[in-house]
Amino acid sequence: MLEETLVLFRNIRTPGYDGTLDSYRKAGGYQSLPKALAMQPEEVIALVKEAGLRGRGGAGFPTGLKWSFMAKNTGKPSYLVCNADESEPGTCKDRELMLKDPHLFLEGMMIGCYALGCHHGYIYVRGEYFPAIKSLNKAIDDCYREGILGPKLLGGDYELDLTVHTGAGAYICGEESALLDSLEGKRGHPRVKPPFPAVAGFNSCPTSVNNVETLTNVTAILEMGADAYKSLGSPNNAGTHLVSLSGHVNRPGVYEVAMGVGLREIIQELGGGVRGGKQLKGVIPGGSSSPVLRADEIDIAYDFDSVGKAGSMMGSSAIMVFDEDTDVVKLLHRISRFYNHESCGQCTPCREGTHWARQLLRDFLQNNGSERKLNRLQRVGRNMGGTTLCALGDAASMPIVSFLKKFPDDFRQYYATAS
Amino acid sequence: MFSPETQQQVDRLLSRYPIRRNALLPLLHLAQKENQGWLDSKWVNHVAELCEVSPTHVEGVATFYTMFRFRPPGKYHLQVCTCVPCCLVGGPEILEHLEHKLGIHAGHTTKDGLFSIEEMECIGACAYAPAMIVNEDYVEQLTPEKIDQLLDTLATTPQEQETHA
Repeated sequence: MLEETLVLFRNIRTPGYDGTLDSYRKAGGYQSLPKALAMQPEEVIALVKEAGLRGRGGAGFPTGLKWSFMAKNTGKPSYLVCNADESEPGTCKDRELMLKDPHLFLEGMMIGCYALGCHHGYIYVRGEYFPAIKSLNKAIDDCYREGILGPKLLGGDYELDLTVHTGAGAYICGEESALLDSLEGKRGHPRVKPPFPAVAGFNSCPTSVNNVETLTNVTAILEMGADAYKSLGSPNNAGTHLVSLSGHVNRPGVYEVAMGVGLREIIQELGGGVRGGKQLKGVIPGGSSSPVLRADEIDIAYDFDSVGKAGSMMGSSAIMVFDEDTDVVKLLHRISRFYNHESCGQCTPCREGTHWARQLLRDFLQNNGSERKLNRLQRVGRNMGGTTLCALGDAASMPIVSFLKKFPDDFRQYYATAS
Repeated sequence: MFSPETQQQVDRLLSRYPIRRNALLPLLHLAQKENQGWLDSKWVNHVAELCEVSPTHVEGVATFYTMFRFRPPGKYHLQVCTCVPCCLVGGPEILEHLEHKLGIHAGHTTKDGLFSIEEMECIGACAYAPAMIVNEDYVEQLTPEKIDQLLDTLATTPQEQETHA
């Protein structure tokens, strides 16, 4: 029987734990930060590299490597910006951390700031997360009051400020360069890269953008050491991760599992299987942008590399399960509507393509589909992939291409019945 | 234009950024809250002055983000998620139920100004779907019965106990 492996959720799963500074300290909190402060910043980066931590925001890029790209001796301040703009449909894990154990995350953020030589860190939280914003602000106020943050970080000689910045409802701001533009007080438009944020990020200063869960893992790595952390996951996929499980399962929720446990086991054993005793039809394994998997394709290990090998991606570890009664045309229409709404409009393939895809899918739903339209939808989907400044084009493209490939008959049904 | 308490927050916010313009989004949030949940040109101009940018810039930015409104919302702004996970477990039906119950479509406000509905893209409550945000609070695992109950409670909440957006 698959069970949770509790590292990041260790406190949250403890009865009576309320996430306040007091209870965090009682649970052994703020013990990792002094360890980091006793090390050289480069040593902290080396440790994170050694632990094999990969970004939990979706791309799975090695965090230590990202940190080592930061431009040095530029004469400008450098910044750590936390991407808490959790908006990929299906993903609701960062909110758990920010709401229920904010200090565990903040401690990781402080360690990150120290490792990168930043004296000010910003946490860009999506605007709709009112409860998480309140929770973080309270936690940060408590830290200032207790002398953890401020001119003397934890009473030492390092100065650090943290600020919560509120977004305002734009999926695109989860893309790191759009997030930085938004943080600067502009429309959230992805930038042309290079230069990458590590060279010219927030206000053109060297910046690292990291996800909430990623930074929270840093606290754990300092606490347990690189080897113990690595031993938790599968090769090249270290540690545990938070899985947002939603859709047609008996027990939807956010679960913490070791990297590399079985995808089917997560759904069956943690999620309690498909609800209502129905058969599984398919799974969207890594947020709405990841290519869909059919029920017969989910006997795989759930980590970055294995899901990648299966032709999809683990992304932000958001699993959406749908049963045999699901109308996949309707589902894809809803996904396409989302990307159409969230396209920033900068690049033509995405701005136009998401609109066309949505219209074509609506035609199908109105029993106005045809083979020609099916082919057109396929072309529109394919042509958005890899042709835009940021990954939103790909995110819109992958579901279309994969749904058409995996469930072609479901689409044909819509015009077979019409004619 | 801000109340003295909010002005303190404004000053504190401005001190947290290297450039005044950086505080634009948080300031717009404060302005919107101060103005009963929406922005007009008066507030746009004021925020522009505070951030030392042109009103056109502020307007361009504000219109890019869905959370900034240019019409007054209802006293209770019901933001219903119908995105992918919510869509799988009845989000659109919840929206329909609300629309039917209140006699308005999403994007509109009831005549008495009490309720407004907005259809949302993913609000990040996927494991607790279907869900919506009422002003600033998440209400999750919605059912039509839960909606009916909530509407009744909100409609009869006395003025002084209101939680405001």
